[in-house]
Amino acid sequence: MKTVLGRSLKASALGAALLVTLPLALTGCGSKSTPAAASSGGVAAPATVHVLDYYNEGNDSKVIGAALTACGKANNLTVVRDAIPGSGLIQKVLQESSSKTLPDVLMLDNPDMQQIAASGALTPLSDYGISTADYAPGILQAGTYKDKIYGLAPTVNSIALFYNKDVLTKAGITPPTTWAELQADAKKLTVGTQYGLALDANATYEGSWTFLPFMWSNGGSEKDINTPQVAEALQFWVGLMKDGSLSKGALNWTQADAENQFAAGKAAMMVNGPWQFPTLNAVKGLNYGVVPIPVNRTGQVAQAPLGGEVWTVPNTGNTENEKNGAKIVACLNSDANQIAMGVARGTVPSKTTLAAAFLKQAPTMAAFTKTVATARARTAILGVAWPKTATAIYTAVQSALTGQSSPADALKSAASTVG
Amino acid sequence: MSTTAEVHSREVTGAMGSGLRGATKVRHGRERLFQWLFLAPAVLYMLLFFGYPVVKNITMSFQDYTSSTFFSGLAPWVGFSNYSAVVGMPVFSKALINTALFTIGSIAGQFVIGLALAVFFRNRFRLSGILRSLLLLPWLLPLIVSSAIWKWILDTDSGALNQFLRAAGLIHTNVPWLTSTSVALLAVIAVNIWIGIPFNVTILYGGLQDIPEDLYEAGSLDGATGWKAFRSITWPLLRPVVSVVLVLGVVYTVKVLDIILGLTNGGPANATQTIATQSYLLSFGQFEFGQGAALGNVLIVISLIFAIFYLRATRRAVDE
Repeated sequence: MKTVLGRSLKASALGAALLVTLPLALTGCGSKSTPAAASSGGVAAPATVHVLDYYNEGNDSKVIGAALTACGKANNLTVVRDAIPGSGLIQKVLQESSSKTLPDVLMLDNPDMQQIAASGALTPLSDYGISTADYAPGILQAGTYKDKIYGLAPTVNSIALFYNKDVLTKAGITPPTTWAELQADAKKLTVGTQYGLALDANATYEGSWTFLPFMWSNGGSEKDINTPQVAEALQFWVGLMKDGSLSKGALNWTQADAENQFAAGKAAMMVNGPWQFPTLNAVKGLNYGVVPIPVNRTGQVAQAPLGGEVWTVPNTGNTENEKNGAKIVACLNSDANQIAMGVARGTVPSKTTLAAAFLKQAPTMAAFTKTVATARARTAILGVAWPKTATAIYTAVQSALTGQSSPADALKSAASTVG
Repeated sequence: MSTTAEVHSREVTGAMGSGLRGATKVRHGRERLFQWLFLAPAVLYMLLFFGYPVVKNITMSFQDYTSSTFFSGLAPWVGFSNYSAVVGMPVFSKALINTALFTIGSIAGQFVIGLALAVFFRNRFRLSGILRSLLLLPWLLPLIVSSAIWKWILDTDSGALNQFLRAAGLIHTNVPWLTSTSVALLAVIAVNIWIGIPFNVTILYGGLQDIPEDLYEAGSLDGATGWKAFRSITWPLLRPVVSVVLVLGVVYTVKVLDIILGLTNGGPANATQTIATQSYLLSFGQFEFGQGAALGNVLIVISLIFAIFYLRATRRAVDE
């Protein structure tokens, strides 16, 4: 009696304990259990192109979906599109690359592309004779792995300084161009429940992304974050928080939270991107403008991180499908599509030669068009090692902002984790 | 138990009566087969859904398993270097301490409040049924939703909690619930307690229902009422249920991921980083699947230790 009962109890307790590990292990390797689907990518009907992207909501989904369908029609192809939430994209790509069910056209966030190209899951676009002339250097760097270009973005974005026109005018302030001005203005604009500045300094890659323009335009580099230039940039942020111009809440805000603060009149300025335009334009009585993010000293060149998604042709092993996929990628990146998508989505065409024509149609995008021309790709220097440094950057930013350690010490210990 | 005894006695008679030997052997073999057939679904299920992932996770932790592995299938063996890498990270000791504090804090809070509520609801009163079912609400909400809402509530400037506390005159400056390195872990634990209370109340309330009413009547005749009744009647009789609640609670809490990711993503400055979140960030943030798996295995070992405690406790209970 004792032994049998003991054993069954043991089994169930062990089961309960092992259950803990299930999600961890399953997500890592579950894809292997679907070998039956291995050939489906290759067997697809010749005129069908499978597309995977993460524009699954709202305006973006509509614009991208229409562009894909139109590109399919122009090339006599049927586009079957799968748009999934952004947080699940990389996991799905990894799953599909292990089960050999990758789509024919794959959209990737630009800092992730080198990671996927390094795995061998993508084919170089030069195989299909797609031209890469006239693109902004930043976006080509993001799309390059080992000297070959694997991905192109029709449009790109970045971050800039948004300001509430009415509030600044009332305070007699013109938008700042240097850090000293930004600090003084932010302090002046901090009254009552209104902070001078809102930005995202949270413990994610978004937090690192927001810090990059300050670090880069001051001469800092992700190659070694333990330098006086980076420390100076971080000290500037610490100063903003010490002044009370930047809420402590920024440590846990997403970019959307910063936008909420700005829209609600609780921040006079914010660091954010053009994807906030639709929400901001819907706020009644909000009159805002956008300028490039200020630099430390006049004469420094503003350098913001390049955002946006690149389109790639996965290595499915089926040359016919790969060629069809490439046709779609080439079509999405055509001059006409770049301008149309830029206007419709509030992004900037990635060919610098299109800037003038684009600004004619979208004059509000001036600050971003200027920013994008000099924007840097996050993976340009470090490639696949970028995520580790991005983690180190937000960790250092947080430990300095919370007063755990001085900016220099925070960066020193964060740099040691990169190795 | 009777089956084993029967088989045994048959074996004995079979060995003695030589004429019956063949027939018994066949019958014996068939019985064995049936025993295995009954076991098979459970065994298969365990191997497929518990065995395979665990074995895979263990092998993964000894490999250089990166995003390329998914396409090429190549993952070179690297011995213990993943383990030495994760243990050598400066954040490891912090994550370990945070995991311990988070687990102990959450369990203590959930259990004490859960038990108090369970005892409270033992007394039937008007609307007690409705109140008790309302208590289950946190359990019914998806964790992502709960953490998003709590993140708003706990926001420093515009969060409802700070607004309330200020209005009530309890604080004069806003408390940075999720943005101060000294308060964030407490806030995250508090949210996890809120989520864990329904589980504790439900199980403990069930345990209380099994305690016969007449024991309390008899006890009250001997002068055991209130606190005394709880100490000498409720608590001893509830002990088996308590140990189940605590061990399951630990196993559930050690691995908590979504709440922390949703509230702080391990920040500020790693103040709420636990072994589970660190493992997730390594695997899915930095694509270091080998290191993530190694850290995951550390978590499994911690859970196993508690499972063993649980086994010993229940075995002792059975022995008694």
